[in-house]
Amino acid sequence: MSYLPKPKIHHPQLPKNTLGLTRRDYEGSLSTLCAGCGHDSVSAALIQACFELDLPPHRVGKLSGIGCSSKTPTYFLGPAHGFNSVHGRMPSIASGAAAANRDLVYIGVSGDGDTASIGLGQFIHAIRRGVNMLYLVENNGTYGLTKGQFSATADVGSKSKAGKANPYTPIDLVQLALQMGAGFVARSFSGDKEQLVPLLKAAIAYPGFAFIDVISPCVTFNNHEASTKSYSHIRRHDRPVMAADFVPLAQEITAAYAPGDRHTVTLHDGSMLHLKKLAEDYDPYDRIGAMNYLQRHQADGSVLTGLLYLDAEPTEMHAMLGTDAAALNSLPHASLCPGAAQLDAINAALR
Amino acid sequence: MSRLAKVNEFVLRFANVNGTGSASANGLVARALFRMGLPVGPKNIFPSNIQGLPTWFEIRVSEAGYTGRRGTVDLMVAMNGQTFAQDVRSVEPGGYLLYDSSKPLAPELRRPDINFLGVPLTELVTRQFANPRQRLLFKNIAYVGVLSALLDIEPEVVEQLLREQFQGKEKLIPPNMQAFELGRAAALERFACPLPMHAQRRDAVGDRILMDGNSAAGLGCVYAGATVAAWYPITPSTSLVDAFSAYCEDYRVNPDGSKRYAILQAEDELAAIGMVVGAAWNGARSFTATSGPGVSLMTEFLGLAYYAEIPVVLFDIQRCGPSTGMPTRTQQSDLLSSAYASHGDTKHVLLFPASPKECFDMAVQAFDLAERLQTPVLVMSDLDLGMNDWLSEPLTWDDSYRPDRGKVLTAQQLEDGFQFYRYLDVDGDAIPYRTLPGTHPSKGAFFTRGSGHDRLGAYTEDGDKYRDNVDRLRRKFDTAATLVPDAATLRDHGNSAGIIYIGTTAEVIPEALDALTAQGLDVDALRVRAFPFTQRVYDFIAAHDTVFVVDQNRDGQLRAMLLIEGNLDPARLVSVLSYDGMPVTADLLVHSISTHLEPVRALAMGASA
Repeated sequence: MSYLPKPKIHHPQLPKNTLGLTRRDYEGSLSTLCAGCGHDSVSAALIQACFELDLPPHRVGKLSGIGCSSKTPTYFLGPAHGFNSVHGRMPSIASGAAAANRDLVYIGVSGDGDTASIGLGQFIHAIRRGVNMLYLVENNGTYGLTKGQFSATADVGSKSKAGKANPYTPIDLVQLALQMGAGFVARSFSGDKEQLVPLLKAAIAYPGFAFIDVISPCVTFNNHEASTKSYSHIRRHDRPVMAADFVPLAQEITAAYAPGDRHTVTLHDGSMLHLKKLAEDYDPYDRIGAMNYLQRHQADGSVLTGLLYLDAEPTEMHAMLGTDAAALNSLPHASLCPGAAQLDAINAALR
Repeated sequence: MSRLAKVNEFVLRFANVNGTGSASANGLVARALFRMGLPVGPKNIFPSNIQGLPTWFEIRVSEAGYTGRRGTVDLMVAMNGQTFAQDVRSVEPGGYLLYDSSKPLAPELRRPDINFLGVPLTELVTRQFANPRQRLLFKNIAYVGVLSALLDIEPEVVEQLLREQFQGKEKLIPPNMQAFELGRAAALERFACPLPMHAQRRDAVGDRILMDGNSAAGLGCVYAGATVAAWYPITPSTSLVDAFSAYCEDYRVNPDGSKRYAILQAEDELAAIGMVVGAAWNGARSFTATSGPGVSLMTEFLGLAYYAEIPVVLFDIQRCGPSTGMPTRTQQSDLLSSAYASHGDTKHVLLFPASPKECFDMAVQAFDLAERLQTPVLVMSDLDLGMNDWLSEPLTWDDSYRPDRGKVLTAQQLEDGFQFYRYLDVDGDAIPYRTLPGTHPSKGAFFTRGSGHDRLGAYTEDGDKYRDNVDRLRRKFDTAATLVPDAATLRDHGNSAGIIYIGTTAEVIPEALDALTAQGLDVDALRVRAFPFTQRVYDFIAAHDTVFVVDQNRDGQLRAMLLIEGNLDPARLVSVLSYDGMPVTADLLVHSISTHLEPVRALAMGASA
């Protein structure tokens, strides 16, 4: 059973956000993932991010495919509609959902098997299409639900729990997202909440396709010394290149930021994204530079984290399609149906 | 030499080379005859190729209203050297063959029992037009002129059609008319016109229209209020989405240029139906159009939509399978793969349109049924109906129509205390209530999933709860049988034999019934319009000793479904099969049925004597 309600006992003095909601209002069911699973930390970070963003939970659509990662939408935002679809196909569900109702916030949670293997096609096409969503991959380099097979993101030579070495080149989802034109690309680590929460907030608020690859170790099948997706490996090789601090529109901006290595990006709704350069030679606005930088550092075993690329003027799916400003699912039938008189004219033209 | 002498009852066939622009000239002939008040059945018989291979276009002209394929040719317009010998062979004795006599005809290609009508078309157009592309195109219009003289097709009608065709490009009208007149004059000069076989103006089409099924279905989606179309190109379904797009451009664009619809060309069929599922989950009427190979790819999502109870509308414009098969030939061979698409115990609602009007109406019904039943609905058209012009009743619309959105709870209903459980059968019809994402801050949210769930919508692996759920889904299919379009009885004279058929087979049934009656074999006829089968289908079968089930596929898929669903005696259902990729002919039905019934009749007569 992986659907257990959480006890409804609240601390009376839990802090509330501007909607009057507490962090508990953003939680979901009790997780049935393995104790220590990185995915649970990601769920906790999502809960924190949505709470801090003052998001009405029911205005979020949470979507997933199949796999351990795809179970996680059950564990956050209980008041939101969820969709646990089929393996690798979450992006098409998200695309259709976003086409039908542009007014909701979409959070798609996927895994490395779900995205980098069976779902690779849908993943890159969702990027091309500019679906306005947060696409989050909980990346542990292994197939947990089917007990430990290598996924397509496992590094060459990385060993399984049984000691077998992976012979295949990994697919780097971050580089793929950059290549395909994603406007917001980040990588983080499930164990680094300080970094992850602001990234999630910024990605959710981002008016286009935002991708976050979160290294999220699998404690059962892939958390041993020889694994490059283990807690210990990531802690040794994590190289943050950027720090992001997201200030949503609704929140009063009081902090003063020193000039120099700090950048501020104002998004369309007035929200602000403060970026702090940690690696002096890194430019998050340079897509090609970012790709080169990533490849160079991949070669020495570093795992670059932080906001890796940002396009401050993204083109989103509805802009490409030129759709009505209102959600398509809200248009009254009278505005969609040409009516009987028009049909008579169509008939006449066919005689 | 004998010369066929018929008025308003003949078959024209054009043999052309794909990509030479002949389709519009051939269509012009069909529409001109239609404008003269004559029922026509045009069929484009084209190769799976962009350019260069043989292509045929056939027009059945029938004052009696028999617009289906007949199988033989009375007048062949033989414009393709590659197939000339074959084309000569296909003409009925006493029939006619129009050919380009710019070059002499080899004697071995001649046949003594048909009439060769040579017109030096290439020579004529070469003299008249300098541009090589023009020569190619106007040769086609020139033979339309020849036919106009031979068959007495009114030149004013052709002229009017050309004016309409080139509206906005008026400068193209004079050269087209010139080419038309060129051919017409050449025929008048050479032959005694009209031929004994020709057309005469009648009022035999009434207010009917000439339209292809895909355009009608695309228009139906507009009228139904579909706002999201997601698709992947595949012949012969592409023109359906093209029509939806074109009609939306006419009727769904705001003054500022923004669109009240979204068309997503997906990366493949898996994504196309995924988008439809996502959009429908979010409360938009959405659809996809595909053909057999696409249905194969979509089965995983069809299973999810069935089990998670999400409305999906899918148009399957069937073509010749299996695998790539013959992509530009017609069949009704996706019945089983569609009805039971996906693993596990799955059943889908199917609709079987038989005319452009039904393509339009069933498009609307499909959305209403899908939302009412919260399940996929597949509209099973085929290439013949989808891509050919058909004589059809005019499309009709009732402005008081309101979409049936099914059991979707509003925020107010939730607020008023409606006890919402996603998969609970509240009303006894096995259809649960649903809520759309974003409806209410604290009530009504649920998790859509393809894994086992109980009445409340919660994940479960409890066997009893699983069975409870899938039993409800089966009962929902029973409810579907009360909501789908009922079967249509064409004839029920209490005969001992009857015919059951679906979709485009309908076009040849009246002709087949008349021919059988002429042989003294009266049979009844029932057209199935939907799956699940309605009670009328089973009653019809029960009332007849022998039921011929016409299938445009090899394995008798409709018959198989009747046997599976109705638990019937297989001996009573006799298959009549047509699966060469061409639309079924009346001749085939008559031959198959009479071959079966004649011995029975002879036996009965012997017994009574």
